[in-house]
Amino acid sequence: MSKDVVADLKRDYITRLLAKGMRSDGRQFDEMRSLKVETNYIGSAQGSALVHLGDTTVVVGVKLILGAPFPDTPNTGVLTTNAELIPMASETFESGPPDQTSIEVARVVDRGIREGHAVDLEKLCLEPGKQVWIMFVDVHVLDYDGNLFDAASIGANAAFKTAMVPNKAAGLGEDVPLPVKHQPISITVVKIDGKLLVDPTHDEERVADARLTVATIETGNLCAMQKGLDGAFTLDEVLKVVETSSRIGAEIRSKL
Amino acid sequence: MGGAPTDLKLIDERGLRLDGRRPDEMRPLKIEAGVLNKADGSAFVEWGMNKVMAAVYGPRECHPRHLQNTERALVQCHYNMASFSVEDRKRPGPDRRSHEISKILSEALTHVVFTEYFPRTSIDVYIEVLQANAGTRCAGLTAASVALADAGVPMRDLVASVAAGKVANTIVLDLGKEEDNFGQADIPVGYVPRTDEVVLLQMDGDLTREEFDKGLHMAVGACKKVYEVQRDALKRRYSARAEGQEEGA
Amino acid sequence: MGSNDSKEAAREIVVPGELLAISSKRAGPGTFSEGGKIYAAHLGIKSVRPDSISVVPLSGQYMPMRGDLVVGKIIGVGSSNWLVDINSPYPSPLHVNEVPWRVEFGETRKFMSVGDIVLLKIVGVDEIKRISVSMQDHGLRKLTGGMVVELSPSKVPRVIGKNGSMIQTMKTMTGCRIYVGQNGRIWIDGELDNMVLAVKAIKMIEDEAHNLGLTEKVKRFLEENQVKGA
Repeated sequence: MSKDVVADLKRDYITRLLAKGMRSDGRQFDEMRSLKVETNYIGSAQGSALVHLGDTTVVVGVKLILGAPFPDTPNTGVLTTNAELIPMASETFESGPPDQTSIEVARVVDRGIREGHAVDLEKLCLEPGKQVWIMFVDVHVLDYDGNLFDAASIGANAAFKTAMVPNKAAGLGEDVPLPVKHQPISITVVKIDGKLLVDPTHDEERVADARLTVATIETGNLCAMQKGLDGAFTLDEVLKVVETSSRIGAEIRSKL
Repeated sequence: MGGAPTDLKLIDERGLRLDGRRPDEMRPLKIEAGVLNKADGSAFVEWGMNKVMAAVYGPRECHPRHLQNTERALVQCHYNMASFSVEDRKRPGPDRRSHEISKILSEALTHVVFTEYFPRTSIDVYIEVLQANAGTRCAGLTAASVALADAGVPMRDLVASVAAGKVANTIVLDLGKEEDNFGQADIPVGYVPRTDEVVLLQMDGDLTREEFDKGLHMAVGACKKVYEVQRDALKRRYSARAEGQEEGA
Repeated sequence: MGSNDSKEAAREIVVPGELLAISSKRAGPGTFSEGGKIYAAHLGIKSVRPDSISVVPLSGQYMPMRGDLVVGKIIGVGSSNWLVDINSPYPSPLHVNEVPWRVEFGETRKFMSVGDIVLLKIVGVDEIKRISVSMQDHGLRKLTGGMVVELSPSKVPRVIGKNGSMIQTMKTMTGCRIYVGQNGRIWIDGELDNMVLAVKAIKMIEDEAHNLGLTEKVKRFLEENQVKGA
């Protein structure tokens, strides 16, 4: 953990810079880091994307397998989201079963794509109550410099856009594009010393007081949120984060 | 090693394999060193349809403590397959196969690392298979060597690795997916070119002694080519920057 | 410092196990010899001297050496020592006898506590890499305020520069107080704008550690961006 030892010493520097309107990497408060997305990256998945958000790198793989629907939703396919925060990506990640952090990442990503109806799950039903497509969204983090929520959410949406339903292999006719409905993009903002910063780096996350992730769809409507960390937001701040997230979310959506 | 379906011809009339390779031909191999930011060293290997990332952390304080060796560093490999890396989704987390691979890769790498320089530490090597298409342990070992060197870890040499095998009664190099599934034998080899030593060797299937001899030599010959690609990746990583090195203080 | 042939050779990048020479030269740092041949022990730049051959590292962890100045962080406090992280695989105890104050048994916390940053010297490394550190020498002290940036320990010589020229330039032009630890940690304190400038200059050195004329380039950068009044 040697490298993380000095991280807390940066708090004072980061807050002094923020007071002057500066971030340690030179970005504006509402500026995302550079984003690079490569789709169809994994041949063994039905859809996939390699996402570089600044120095954060994640691979999202989408796989569809046949299975039974949940009894209470016999007419819809099943969506399962999983995140692996493997120790390759950071000294702060440990091997072993998913911990609270990776479960939170998986659940927040899941909520965005589920509630934002990224994929029309009803079209993934083959025989009500009997057979549906089970869609696995697996997030594999390779390099961690903060803001997994957004990198993973962007990656999932990019992967859906190019994913194919593997009908042929299942003897169900020709492969067809995954029925994509919306593109719910999540944008995360952290609060440090009363300042609101979009797309935090790991250094910024470490000293952040509070975090808010907001997912929006094309209409500007909200579909999922998650507040994190032990600080708090004022109501005005919450509304400001919502405004910022929806604006930046739209910019990113137009690039995918 | 199972029998091939009768309609699958692993080697055709011209003596070529399913993907058009000659028996002694390797799949295309590409290596890039230093691709990750957080790790102390890293390497990405694309080998045929395989995509494998390796990252190194350390030498660092050894955890758990009881594994500490007062005389040397512990090289700990962690081989893992991403759930989307194979046709049927793999359940996340290590299974018995990946534990075994992690162990033999750790042992192979320990042989070349100057572990005695770093008593009581651990050198952690993470190997993530992102896309699997037969030969991932060899690709992982090849990537791990480059990642270790990239991390500045002192080593006696790099370990290069490739498998030979037997399909349709022919000894072939670097088995592909179908050849692995329906071939007659598989021999993954890890090799240290400088000292001409074998540090990884497994075999499953059925081989005559002559066939094994031929396969082993075929793999070793190919390891020397793999080594050239490894070396080139490491030199490329720094060569642009090294132009005009001036003396330090 | 380097003769002509060392300058030429300095450009050659070598990988672990690569043959460097079949000769009677001494196997210097970063190399090993076997059967009368000298090989590279790690990735780096080949450096040939009249009597020896060595490999200058391009990466790697900090390995403590006797006499090194290091920036450490207190990570534990005992009744007669502090435990210090010095960015090496080995945390080191700092004994009360090795600090510039008289500390009674059990009173360590009154002087330094977890999180404090200290400037130390490595005074001993034994065969199983147990490290002894001391704060009893000119200039060694607890560092208050400021911040610490980290870079690869292999690049520390470039930050210091030839005979300390690089670090002196940075100090003069930014007006910051700067301590460079051999362990890849640099402590900086000063006016905020100047600190930003110093951090940028260090980043520049890190990114271009192997470029010719780096000192001049950094100097030009600092001149162009100098904060008025510094």
